[in-house]
Amino acid sequence: MRIEKFLMASACLLLAGLSHAGPRIEHWTTPTGARVYFVASDALPLLDVQVDIPAGSAQDPQGKSGVAAITRGLLDAGVEAAGSAADEEALDEEKIAGRVVDLGIKFGGGVDGDRSSLSLRTLSDPEQRNGGLALMRRLLAAPSFPEAVLAREKNRTIAALQDAQTRPGTVLSRRFGAALYGEHPYGRSASVESVAAITRADIVAFHRNNYSANGAVISMIGNISRAEAEGIALDLAAALPSRAPAAAVPAVAPAEMQTLRIPHPSAQAHIAIGMPAVKRSDPDYYALLVGNYTLGGGGFVSKLMQEVREKRGYAYDVHSYFAPRKLEGPFQIGLQTRREQTDDALKVVHEVLASYLKTGPSAAELKAAKQYYIDGLSLRIDSNAKLLGYLSAIGFYDLPLTYIDDYPKLIGSITAEQVRAAFASHVQENRLVTVIVGVEEK
Amino acid sequence: MKSVSAISALLLGLTLSLSAHANPYEMQLRNGLRVIVKEDHRAPTVVNMIWYRAGSMDEKDGYSGVAHALEHLMFKGTQKYKSGEFNRIVAAAGGNDNAFTSRDYTAYFQIVPKRALPKMMELEADRMQNLAFTKAEFASEIKVVMEERRMRTEDNPHALVYEAMNASAFKAHPYRRPVIGWMNDLENMSWQDAMNWYKDWYTPANAYVVIVGDVNKDEVFKLAEKYYGGIKSRPLPVRKPQLEPEQKGIKRVTIKAPSTLPYLAMAWKVPKLADVDKDVDPYALEVLAGVLDGHDAARFARTLVRETRVAQSAGAGYDGTLRGESLFYLDGQPGEGRSVAELEAALRGELSKIQEQGVDEAELKRVKVQLVASQVYKRDSMMAQAMEIGGIEAAGFHWRDIDRLLEKLKAVTAEQVQAVAKKYFSDDVLTIATLDPQPVDPKASAKPSVPLKH
Repeated sequence: MRIEKFLMASACLLLAGLSHAGPRIEHWTTPTGARVYFVASDALPLLDVQVDIPAGSAQDPQGKSGVAAITRGLLDAGVEAAGSAADEEALDEEKIAGRVVDLGIKFGGGVDGDRSSLSLRTLSDPEQRNGGLALMRRLLAAPSFPEAVLAREKNRTIAALQDAQTRPGTVLSRRFGAALYGEHPYGRSASVESVAAITRADIVAFHRNNYSANGAVISMIGNISRAEAEGIALDLAAALPSRAPAAAVPAVAPAEMQTLRIPHPSAQAHIAIGMPAVKRSDPDYYALLVGNYTLGGGGFVSKLMQEVREKRGYAYDVHSYFAPRKLEGPFQIGLQTRREQTDDALKVVHEVLASYLKTGPSAAELKAAKQYYIDGLSLRIDSNAKLLGYLSAIGFYDLPLTYIDDYPKLIGSITAEQVRAAFASHVQENRLVTVIVGVEEK
Repeated sequence: MKSVSAISALLLGLTLSLSAHANPYEMQLRNGLRVIVKEDHRAPTVVNMIWYRAGSMDEKDGYSGVAHALEHLMFKGTQKYKSGEFNRIVAAAGGNDNAFTSRDYTAYFQIVPKRALPKMMELEADRMQNLAFTKAEFASEIKVVMEERRMRTEDNPHALVYEAMNASAFKAHPYRRPVIGWMNDLENMSWQDAMNWYKDWYTPANAYVVIVGDVNKDEVFKLAEKYYGGIKSRPLPVRKPQLEPEQKGIKRVTIKAPSTLPYLAMAWKVPKLADVDKDVDPYALEVLAGVLDGHDAARFARTLVRETRVAQSAGAGYDGTLRGESLFYLDGQPGEGRSVAELEAALRGELSKIQEQGVDEAELKRVKVQLVASQVYKRDSMMAQAMEIGGIEAAGFHWRDIDRLLEKLKAVTAEQVQAVAKKYFSDDVLTIATLDPQPVDPKASAKPSVPLKH
């Protein structure tokens, strides 16, 4: 009941106004260089394991956007034989799918700009757990990437992309990414042409070059002992050969101010405003997080929501956020509004932003934002699934093991001046990119 | 936030439950309000939900969307707390709150550190009886709801198909109306319409509270008495059954919208769960949906998507625990070079196979393994547990039925699955809705469209 005790203790400490005690995170590195983060929790008969590989869509070869995603997507399309024993035979996609279902396990994960992830959720009794882990290991170590499955999945991906590109929201996110990042890998997204160009050799090479133990992060939470966790980590890391780290992604160039108006017959204009803004490792991130709560992150209490939705009824959804990555992830304001009132809504958004950049949060607003993040911490770590996300982020972004413990103090220390300064250096009105999808055809 | 979930009833129907302890606990106040508490002491947090048995199926023609619009207006303040104060108090506690409206119910929730629970209960009790939105607030908020409809439905071809399918399948039953409401009804809705809805349905005897988290049930019951105990219940409007007359022949409807892939949705009228112990067919229908599309090794994914590739995607669903009438759905998008007609034939073909050859024990077992595993996984989320309790209650059952439902599902035999496949899938009770893809740029020359079978 370790987690439970820690969480209970944390609530008492919080009430007493003392520092927060998060779950006890155990950390070690495997001989092959995988960094392991583990929390023992016997509250439920579950085990969650996630492996993060430090190569995401930003590592896609030029002209072949989609390689990272397809590689990850095809891990369960087949595995090579692991040996001559009966349980080591090669498995095709049907056998893998059947085994997953018979074990009652779930594989999850995916790909973002910076990483590829494979996660496993299993009941912790030995049959399911060992079966699930053995399968996970084989998916990572020896995927066979059958040519026929690749061809089929390329076709399905292309069909889905073509269809998605008729939706205003998809058009917006693709055009916005491209406008923000230009030729930088963060600005690319898979297209019909790029997916069509992908060959099995590209997939095999991406796996071989990037699915490597050094740089990988293994996160675990569940009712297993430290010794068992060490065995699991060793086994998973052994599935990933040690290789030289992937080539670094080039630096992000500042965006040029521009406005793109893209015709679409949609009922609403779908709008995004923003710029490349902040790295996850930037100490300013916390001031931006806290400050953004008041601007557009805090749901109904934010200024954008108040001015655009509550006072004027211009939109159902209006928000702003920072999405930090290894390199400068975007600051983004998003909304959808009836196309006839696009300019009116945009005017309000710009006024709110300009005024906030000038004044920053009031004392009361800053206090409310800090209160939200500090008092809500217990909600963000109240399940194994949520804690697994923290373990993975702590590992992947090299955050301190005491991150959860330190968080209230860190957030609590932020001043209005820090918020203003952080916004001034990361969000500049004269660099903002605006994309509007859903304007009248000229 | 404040979102419509037209298919949540369907999802709940697919995820029935198990809770093997003395937990939950319940009590009823003298005014009729029931309070259900499930103690879960893993973390110092709590989910507070209140469910009103008032959804879009309780609306009348011309007033569609009023249940959902009122859900929005419930955040506009009371005599005691001004507009937006509710959200501010929840946020200041570090919590999150939201609400959702379905065909059967409207539910509100806050997820908060446990010390904030008394305040949440006070706020919910307050807005149950003292709601005070102004005409100006109504006028502004109804515009927000119209934007929501544009976002969720007008610009979403699959949502348009789903809406058209329900509107065609049901001509008398209120499930024909979309939860979000028809645009013209929203344009003509008045402050008085919304206020009438509130006065008609927001009364303790028509509601129940579900609380899951690190709480003591006796303390929660005392708080419930304190905050809700003094509220008087009013009689509810008469609910007419509005049963759908027997369908006598296939119905087809087409929606044109920008897209490249066609989309097909088929819905058969089938029985819903009425008697937890005596019924057999609803459980067998749910297992049938699982055999077709319950997991990645199920028949649709294996055969239609991976083997014959007649489908880009294919799904099956059954919605058996609800207040209204049930449909069994199949849907999908045709694969590359395949037509909607071929997809329709393939979906029907999978049903025929089960009608003729039945299902084998191994695939039956797989569906049951998924059921059992998902029940354990659900315990990792307090919100999932609260939704499970609230959802089964909304359909008119008792949370104690959750375990029984799971036992009944586990007892379904291959013969029962084959029997329901044979019994219910006549064309005479079928409705088919199809998306006919249109170019984004109407001036661009349309690709020769995949032929539609009519």
